[in-house]
Amino acid sequence: MHKRHLTVAAAAVLALTACSTPSSEESTPGVTDDTVVIGTHQPLTGPAAAGYSAISAATSAYFEYVNANGGINGRQIEYIVKDDGYDPANTQNAVRELVTEDKVFAVVNGLGTPTHSSVLDYLDQQGVPDLFVSSGSLTWNQPGVYPNTFAYNADYVTEGAALAKYAIEQDPDAVICVLGQDDDYGDGVIEGVEDVVGSNTIAEVQSYATSGEDLNAQIGALMSAGCEVNVLGTINGFTAMAIGTAAQLDWFPKWYVSSSGADYPTLAGFLGEELAPVLLEGMVSVNYLPFSPDGEWVALFEEINAEYNDGAPFTGNTVFGMSVGYLFAEALAAAGEDPTRESLVAAIESGELLGNGILPLSYSDSDHAGYRGVGIATVSDGVQDYVDVAYVVSAGQVDAVEPDPVPLENDGIPGN
Amino acid sequence: MRRLSIPLRALLITVLAIGGTFGLDPFRNYQLATAAACFAAVAGLTVLVGLTGQLSLGHAVLMASGGYGFAFAASAATGPAILVLAAGLLGAVAVSGLLGLLLGLAAARLRGPYLAGLTLALVIALPSAANTLPIGGDQGLRAPFLPVPEALTALIAVEQWHAWLAIIVAALAVTPLVMLRSGRAGLRMRAVLDDETASRLSGVDPGSVKTGAFVASAVPAGLGGAILAIATQQVAPGGYGLAFSLLLVVAAVVGGLGSIGGAAIGSVLVVFFPWVVDELVAAAPTDLGQRLDGNLAVLVFGAVIVAVTVLWPGGAARLLDRFLAARPRRFATPATNTER
Repeated sequence: MHKRHLTVAAAAVLALTACSTPSSEESTPGVTDDTVVIGTHQPLTGPAAAGYSAISAATSAYFEYVNANGGINGRQIEYIVKDDGYDPANTQNAVRELVTEDKVFAVVNGLGTPTHSSVLDYLDQQGVPDLFVSSGSLTWNQPGVYPNTFAYNADYVTEGAALAKYAIEQDPDAVICVLGQDDDYGDGVIEGVEDVVGSNTIAEVQSYATSGEDLNAQIGALMSAGCEVNVLGTINGFTAMAIGTAAQLDWFPKWYVSSSGADYPTLAGFLGEELAPVLLEGMVSVNYLPFSPDGEWVALFEEINAEYNDGAPFTGNTVFGMSVGYLFAEALAAAGEDPTRESLVAAIESGELLGNGILPLSYSDSDHAGYRGVGIATVSDGVQDYVDVAYVVSAGQVDAVEPDPVPLENDGIPGN
Repeated sequence: MRRLSIPLRALLITVLAIGGTFGLDPFRNYQLATAAACFAAVAGLTVLVGLTGQLSLGHAVLMASGGYGFAFAASAATGPAILVLAAGLLGAVAVSGLLGLLLGLAAARLRGPYLAGLTLALVIALPSAANTLPIGGDQGLRAPFLPVPEALTALIAVEQWHAWLAIIVAALAVTPLVMLRSGRAGLRMRAVLDDETASRLSGVDPGSVKTGAFVASAVPAGLGGAILAIATQQVAPGGYGLAFSLLLVVAAVVGGLGSIGGAAIGSVLVVFFPWVVDELVAAAPTDLGQRLDGNLAVLVFGAVIVAVTVLWPGGAARLLDRFLAARPRRFATPATNTER
């Protein structure tokens, strides 16, 4: 009896085959007459949540601003944010759900090297545009292998090289040391510094794991090696810890910090509002986004942050999130009245996108890196701003260029 | 008779499950593959805990070892997809079996909390091990992508194909385990669990039984890891953390220790439950939702486990039995003896 029931049930299930067969519909996934659905994976919880969880909130706020002003080509942007807790296994789930359930048009600004690496092949197989990955790994710039994947951040090697170049120009005889995270990030920064000064002339290289509790050993080693300039390939928490630990030892070398770990408001949060201006005075960092406190982009972003993001703390992550949103909006506008995945990728590869950086974007059909150059910023009296120096790095060669900031147009809404 | 009927029953269930994939959309099929992976591992775990009383908190590491074995062997193999798959599965069995043997040798000399501690240490050591051994660090290893065979491309999507592979591999992993359990080896395990001295007197060596049980439990777990590697095309230590390892124990407990059917229920629960809770959270008002995101699932899960162990100590399997037939299972397993 039981078995017969089961057979009937099985037959009924088999009859439902239509549900899972590959779809052959012609329409572009995620795009309707009045909406464009895109998605991302972000660490809203977990070890990387501090700071980085603000990025997607800022991006969402920017899209709300665009939507409130009519959207792009009449379409509202719907931005689905999935939490992956900075765990590659969760990223797998989140991105599959975005692609198969939510049927997103593109994945935008997926955050993290280990996390995004785990879905890189999947997105490639599915032909989903994988735009503006939020990580400075060189992995994202392989147009031959991953034709739909585009990097955004200046890569870590570029940042390390620019920091070292500026350090040498300030003082050719400085004793240069590096403290880096023990992964792609730290390795990239070390590689960049080596490109400029040569591996024999780095006085001391130290590394740490993000699971580490303190930096006493590392800072002690740097101090006893007589370092004068410490280049840091560290995330914000460890930048603050490095500077704080050194200060406790009455040691005040020069700090040159990569963009991922040099956000002044975030560092001030770690070090305390009173100590931060003192400890961070003179800190050199690199960046490529318009975070100058008196700039027109920051004015606009602050306005959007107040109105659409409940006035969340305004940090470098806010600027980053909104800038990524702006670049996507620009790409979508350039993809035409009826955007397809092909036209979106073609729009980015055309090299006509401006973004909002202080240097031009480098996208082309043979180059999927976002920013190939960075500007130098310093902290002075508790204010972090650009000095008039920028470098472009290509094939280990560091060249000084004039910063060329993109002016704000049309209230920050592209394409109208 | 029964030795024949178990493979037949397994075949029937496998065919039914494969038929069932037609009723699911791609994402659901992907989740099904994940559940099948958990099922293989939980089945191994539930037999280990339920029949020999050895509590392993480290089955995630055994899964990971199978995943790494799969990735290494399958990447090294060339030829048609079926060969790549077979090589990968052999690699998974070899690596997880070897690790299971080593652990089993230690397990035979350790009891209760000490074994739990050892296996726990293994889970905690996994990320460091991944960064020290040549297995790709935090970013892990890539496993080859197994595309849908030509003949089926018009009929099924890649997620469904992977679900099929997952179901078949899970069947290959669990069926021998069921046969083992209901055969002599199972009797020996129960004898050792009941009284080691008595079993020794009747010629059963508790040490080798325990070691054997650990290997028999490790291999399905390793194949579970291989399934995940097939479905996700990669294996990384982040996916096999402490939380996941404990989740496997949860699945075994909620399902009913010692019961294979319970393992299936438990695995489906641990895969779908967090997702359901997340969906509910997403439906909540944004403010509340953001605060609950990622946290509520853990909380509700804990509550469910407490409720299950208090209300139905035998787990879902016992409950299911009561509903279905009120007919006691053959070889009903003592589910409350695990602390020995």
